[in-house]
Amino acid sequence: MNIHEYQAKALFAKYQIPVPNGKVAFSVEEAQSAAESLQTKIWVVKAQIHAGGRGKAGGVKLAKRKEEVGPIARELLGKVLVTHQTGPQGKEVKKLLIEEGVDIEKELYLSWVADRATGSVVLIASTEGGMEIEEVAERSPEKIVKLPVDPVFGYQPYQGRAVAFKLGLPREVLGQWVGLLGNLYRLMIDKSALQIEVNPLIITKQNKLMALDAKVNFDDNALFRNEEIRLLRDLDEEDPLETRANQYGLNYVKLDGKIGCMVNGAGLAMATMDVIKLAGAAPANFLDVGGGASKETVKQAFQILLADPNVKGVFVNIFGGIVRCERIAGGIIDAAKEVSISVPLVVRLEGTNAKEAKQMLAESGLDLTVADTLWDGAQKVVAQVS
Amino acid sequence: MSILVNRNTRVLVQGITGKEGSFHASAGKAYGTKVVAGVTPGKGGTDFEGIPVFDTVEEAVEKTGADVSLIFVPPPFAADAIMEAAQAGVPLIITITEGIPVLDMMKVKRFLAGKPVRLIGPNCPGVITPDECKIGIMPGFIHKKGHVGVVSRSGTLTYEAVWQLTQRGLGQSTCVGIGGDPVNGTHFVDVLEMFERDEETEAIVLIGEIGGDAEERAAEYIKKKVSKPVVAFIAGITAPPGRRMGHAGAIIAGGKGTAADKMASLESAGVFVVKNPALIGETVEKALQKKKKKR
Repeated sequence: MNIHEYQAKALFAKYQIPVPNGKVAFSVEEAQSAAESLQTKIWVVKAQIHAGGRGKAGGVKLAKRKEEVGPIARELLGKVLVTHQTGPQGKEVKKLLIEEGVDIEKELYLSWVADRATGSVVLIASTEGGMEIEEVAERSPEKIVKLPVDPVFGYQPYQGRAVAFKLGLPREVLGQWVGLLGNLYRLMIDKSALQIEVNPLIITKQNKLMALDAKVNFDDNALFRNEEIRLLRDLDEEDPLETRANQYGLNYVKLDGKIGCMVNGAGLAMATMDVIKLAGAAPANFLDVGGGASKETVKQAFQILLADPNVKGVFVNIFGGIVRCERIAGGIIDAAKEVSISVPLVVRLEGTNAKEAKQMLAESGLDLTVADTLWDGAQKVVAQVS
Repeated sequence: MSILVNRNTRVLVQGITGKEGSFHASAGKAYGTKVVAGVTPGKGGTDFEGIPVFDTVEEAVEKTGADVSLIFVPPPFAADAIMEAAQAGVPLIITITEGIPVLDMMKVKRFLAGKPVRLIGPNCPGVITPDECKIGIMPGFIHKKGHVGVVSRSGTLTYEAVWQLTQRGLGQSTCVGIGGDPVNGTHFVDVLEMFERDEETEAIVLIGEIGGDAEERAAEYIKKKVSKPVVAFIAGITAPPGRRMGHAGAIIAGGKGTAADKMASLESAGVFVVKNPALIGETVEKALQKKKKKR
């Protein structure tokens, strides 16, 4: 789960990590009054979206006088920002962070990441802040320091010092650096974040460390014990169909193609998408109905799939292990009664009670095609949609 | 021979009185697996369909000689359940639970390090040696005894592959689901090593997916140490970058862990990489015929 910069900075403040003074604004009026409340010579207006690359896309603007903030806010609010992380469709800006500008002496890069490869939490730090860390990794890998931390013992100050000396940080910030790393680490462990990225972490002209940006991503699996984090979820940043699917325990990701898929199991769902591509069309979505699929969830899944106007055909591919095929068949029949399925429907059921399920479908009088194998199903649905 | 589990394996089920645990303990028993105990704290002294239930893993092991634990405990308590089993000396722990927090699993791995225990999973369908022992949620009837070893990060996609094999008369020695989580107990390399040593296994099917570098590591290992034919399918070539497709582990980030990269590494290691998952069975058949011709 992602959160906005302004929310991350609020968390940082709770953990004694210095951030610029700032206020979130949801309207031009709020932006103006936020600007009034800040004692500063320069105001920074930042679009709040769940994606990086905002600066390059015109989502971060400076105002030298507080009167300029309103017009900038008017321009940014409602604008669709396209960055290299949003995808071509971009994201609409609905919130802004109005911040005081800060004098930057140096920009650093810092992140804590839950690293699957080492099974530990890793610190990544570099003196090349303010840039794409992947570019730095490519061009000057020697400028990136990585430090894995034992998940049981946690971060130790000597580790922070070692990184500071490796990076050649000025002596004046050593103490702050060691403490800041520790605070970020504590935040990560307390709230089960998977990644906390500060780019840039700046050294101000007064030799103070400050987080100028904050990108935090949380482990969805841990939200059950982090209610206050769960509440930070911004449904505006999610596709409404994906949000709806979530409510029914369905895992749905909207894509661009025209073949809607309904599958049980993430691996099989991805494989089904791959097969559709091989058969000559593009999948409209990833949809995993999961092991607990019932008539109700199948009905919901259909409604969600068919709510996507791009969908011109549907392929249901269910391999029933725990999932009983006749329940899926029942769900399809029920769904057809309530949702008008006006696009070609191909169903492939295999596994537990598959025979019974196929019989039910054949006798239902529904306008659908039964497929025997994965390839058969993919080819049939693509053919019917062309 | 098979690997990991066989007709003599004695299984205890942690979470046996829960909805999932009870269903699968029953199904396992019906398949012929020796389900000798269950553990649900507070329900010790009762029994489930004749299987004695204990309060602790330690007691269950002591009283029944169980040597594998099958865990169905819900995510908030699963890490604790794994550690309890490890502490009690259970040498093989198979964790089905999906949704365990990543940081919990990091701690579990640390806890397990240095102990004589293998963890499989979490978020996996389990392990089956057809006709001998079924430990997990896979449908038994699609499997057939034979000589193809299957190792997979997926659940239902594994069943798809297994079914294709069974329909062609190509039975399986053992099928191992290592699961879809980013931090887990057993990797492809571990299972490949076991299959290479197993006399009964003549060919190996490897099912991977986007995210992480498990397949790349497998490719390196196969190049150096695996003499048996390997057929692989990597799911997710159509998955766009940065999106999470179901499995916590299946995320492509920063250009690494793409299906294309994995397929290329495996191909360069001499693996038969299948682009169409519908052709897994057929490709294994061809690979085995090729091998027979060489002899």
